[in-house]
Amino acid sequence: MADQPDIRSRRLEQDEIAANFSDLHPPLSRSEALIEADRCYFCFDAPCTEACPTGIDIPVFIQKIRSNNIRGSARTILSDNIMGGMCARVCPTEVLCEEACVRNTHEEKPVEIGLLQRYATDPVIDARMQLFSRAEPTGKRVAVVGGGPAGLSCAHRLAALGHDVVIFDRDEKIGGLNEYGIAAYKTVDDFAQTEAEYILAIGGIEVRNNCALGTDVSLTELQSDYDAVFLGIGLGRSNDLGVDGEDKDGVVNATDYIAELRQAGDLGELPVGRTVVVIGGGMTAIDIAVQSRRLGAEHVHMVYRRGPENMSASTFEQALAQTSGVTIHHRAPPKRILGDEYVTGVEFETDDGKFVLYADVVFKAIGQHLNGIEGPATENGRIVIDGWHRTSLDKVWAGGDCVIDGDDLTVTAVQHGKLAAIDIDRHLGEQ
Amino acid sequence: MADLKSTFLGIESPNPFWLASAPPTDKAYNVNRAFEAGWGGAVWKTLGEDGPPIVNVSGPRYSALHSNDRRVIGFNNIELITDRPLQTNLDEIRQIKRDWPDRAVVVSVMLPMNEDAWAKHLPMIEDTGADGLELNFGCPHGMSERGMGAAVGQVPEYIQMATEWAKSAASIPIIVKLTPNVASILPPAKAAQAGGADAVSLINTVNSIMRINYDTLTMYPTTDGMGTHGGYCGEAVKPIALNMVAEIARTQETSKLPISGIGGVTDWRDAVDFLALGAANVQVCTAAMVYGFKIIDDLADGLSTFLDEKGLQLDELIGKAVPSVTDWQHLDLNYVEKAVIDQDLCIKCGRCHVVCEDTSHQAITHTVDGERRFEVIDEECVGCNLCVSVCPVDSCITMHQVSDDKEAALPWTDHPNNPMRKTD
Repeated sequence: MADQPDIRSRRLEQDEIAANFSDLHPPLSRSEALIEADRCYFCFDAPCTEACPTGIDIPVFIQKIRSNNIRGSARTILSDNIMGGMCARVCPTEVLCEEACVRNTHEEKPVEIGLLQRYATDPVIDARMQLFSRAEPTGKRVAVVGGGPAGLSCAHRLAALGHDVVIFDRDEKIGGLNEYGIAAYKTVDDFAQTEAEYILAIGGIEVRNNCALGTDVSLTELQSDYDAVFLGIGLGRSNDLGVDGEDKDGVVNATDYIAELRQAGDLGELPVGRTVVVIGGGMTAIDIAVQSRRLGAEHVHMVYRRGPENMSASTFEQALAQTSGVTIHHRAPPKRILGDEYVTGVEFETDDGKFVLYADVVFKAIGQHLNGIEGPATENGRIVIDGWHRTSLDKVWAGGDCVIDGDDLTVTAVQHGKLAAIDIDRHLGEQ
Repeated sequence: MADLKSTFLGIESPNPFWLASAPPTDKAYNVNRAFEAGWGGAVWKTLGEDGPPIVNVSGPRYSALHSNDRRVIGFNNIELITDRPLQTNLDEIRQIKRDWPDRAVVVSVMLPMNEDAWAKHLPMIEDTGADGLELNFGCPHGMSERGMGAAVGQVPEYIQMATEWAKSAASIPIIVKLTPNVASILPPAKAAQAGGADAVSLINTVNSIMRINYDTLTMYPTTDGMGTHGGYCGEAVKPIALNMVAEIARTQETSKLPISGIGGVTDWRDAVDFLALGAANVQVCTAAMVYGFKIIDDLADGLSTFLDEKGLQLDELIGKAVPSVTDWQHLDLNYVEKAVIDQDLCIKCGRCHVVCEDTSHQAITHTVDGERRFEVIDEECVGCNLCVSVCPVDSCITMHQVSDDKEAALPWTDHPNNPMRKTD
């Protein structure tokens, strides 16, 4: 047991870090894209489209790649999912569209839909090519709280339908988890900001940064000042482990460290523990574990209280952790955090007894919960909504992770924002 | 391994695969490489009149129809006949035949429509020791504008006349190469036969424009901004060629006329198609121009293996399928087949459903008992084979006979709805 925790920056050379944080799935070349597009069977009532939370017409966008109609392909994607660029990078396609691909039955190798989607959307977004224009102004104003995937999706659709939108975002930069939460190697070259700018460029959307609900602006104020309000506030607080010693120094919320990592100008300057223990079994746990390894942590343990079948991280993500050198432990709930002022390790309790993993840093990644909100009815810590994302409050809609059926996926949040915008538009039209 | 030794008009070759008259056979260098690779024979690129050499464009001569992964499906050219001096070609032909006595060396020739030209040039060619002559009445671009090539092949009287001149000027076998750019292949074939041709070869290339240039909105390719139609060949033209070969083979008057089959032969199965439909050997160009001469390995090996598996000799394969080709009016209208989808092989892409639903007979389900499932509705299925054609899984959808074999055949000729039916 070390007296002092071994935490330092620059565990790896700069070029090693650069390589470790380069694009996880490099984009397809034109030849690769054409050959891959040829593999699409153009299925009837395509299972991939059925499996896409935003219902992108996948066979059609792939057909348009095949015919070199890239702009049309991007339009097909973005008209259903304005964050088609980010979703192409971060969607767990192996459990969504690509899992549904009939090629799995044929040859156990789906069409690389995610990479094709990126191939179609990247050039359009890089060129800042606007594919959508705004409808005639309606004179209605909508407040969107939260500039993450749900909020941006909602704002874009509302703006396209002719409404004016103000986004209230608590952070310095817009983008929410796209900007502060997603693993760095999934969205390189500042893509989250590029995409957000692209979305906002439709016009009619004002962004107020550093403006948090509850402190800088109240929900009742928004309800009275705007014709409608959309809440896309995510889950602002990390869950506690609920074990002794959790307050020791060196026990850190994974989301906080990831946010710091995403904003770091020089990844090499980030403090990295020599031995890192991550507690959790979801995407955040995988992301912090893998990124710790890629920053140079020598030993990274990811410990989950249940079995691999219960992990919310996909099998691809679990394999990514393992090939990145993360040791995954199953069925081991944490019992207590060891150490005096500073953490020295974690004691786990399994069916076979206790064991201790020594640690310089412990990351908590067992989920987040709603950052308490006054007003809308909640259930199990999330906002209750109906099929059209209406909350219990008049003129207030909600979507994304903060609502009852949010599933922590960017693509789901985008769909929520889109559906809410459609319903808000319908509602405003009836006024 | 089945022996592929082939004899065509008495011309022997170790296998029935000859290189067609085209760029691959333009000079000794190429033909040497071809024979080293194992080709059975070569038809030398078309020789013209002695005199100033032919001039080709120096812009693009070739272009292709590609799949997305750049596989060449169809191919187009505007190259003319040989642009090398006649004597150079004659010297090289002589040397090649001397170096490769076991291979077939046939020389393609294109001459103006006057007898003197034929009387003058054919003996010069025959003197090289070449095994035979092929009269190029097919080239559809450039030379046809000068009254040769397809301009001759499209007029049966000219075919017969030139063939007669050739027969009287040469003693070696004469093969007449036919153009597909005609309404029916039979009049040209009959004309060749009437002129004394020992055989016909077909098809030459099909008039074609490949596409336009999407940037300039001009045809593609062009020479200094202007383009012209070329001759189309490659895999895409095989079905056209097979029909024409079969037409000649199944027509009583021309059925004894030996055929050298040409048009899109790429692998051994294509050769089997041509041979079974009446060709006695095949000629290949595009596949060699796309992949190089090495494809002869699969062509010969595949054909030999196939013959072994079928227990056939090469000669027995030739024309084997001809009796199965007939006119539509003789097809049995009482015979009924319906599609059956093998649910174990089905990958549930639904292509069969949507094409049947949108464009045919609404005879395939998409949902059965709430599940995504594609089944043939027998009452609606007319046995059209569209679903079989579009299914991406080999043998997943197959056609099964449902009519009773004992029922008498009912062709259109005897059908009660046919006002012209034969009555006793």
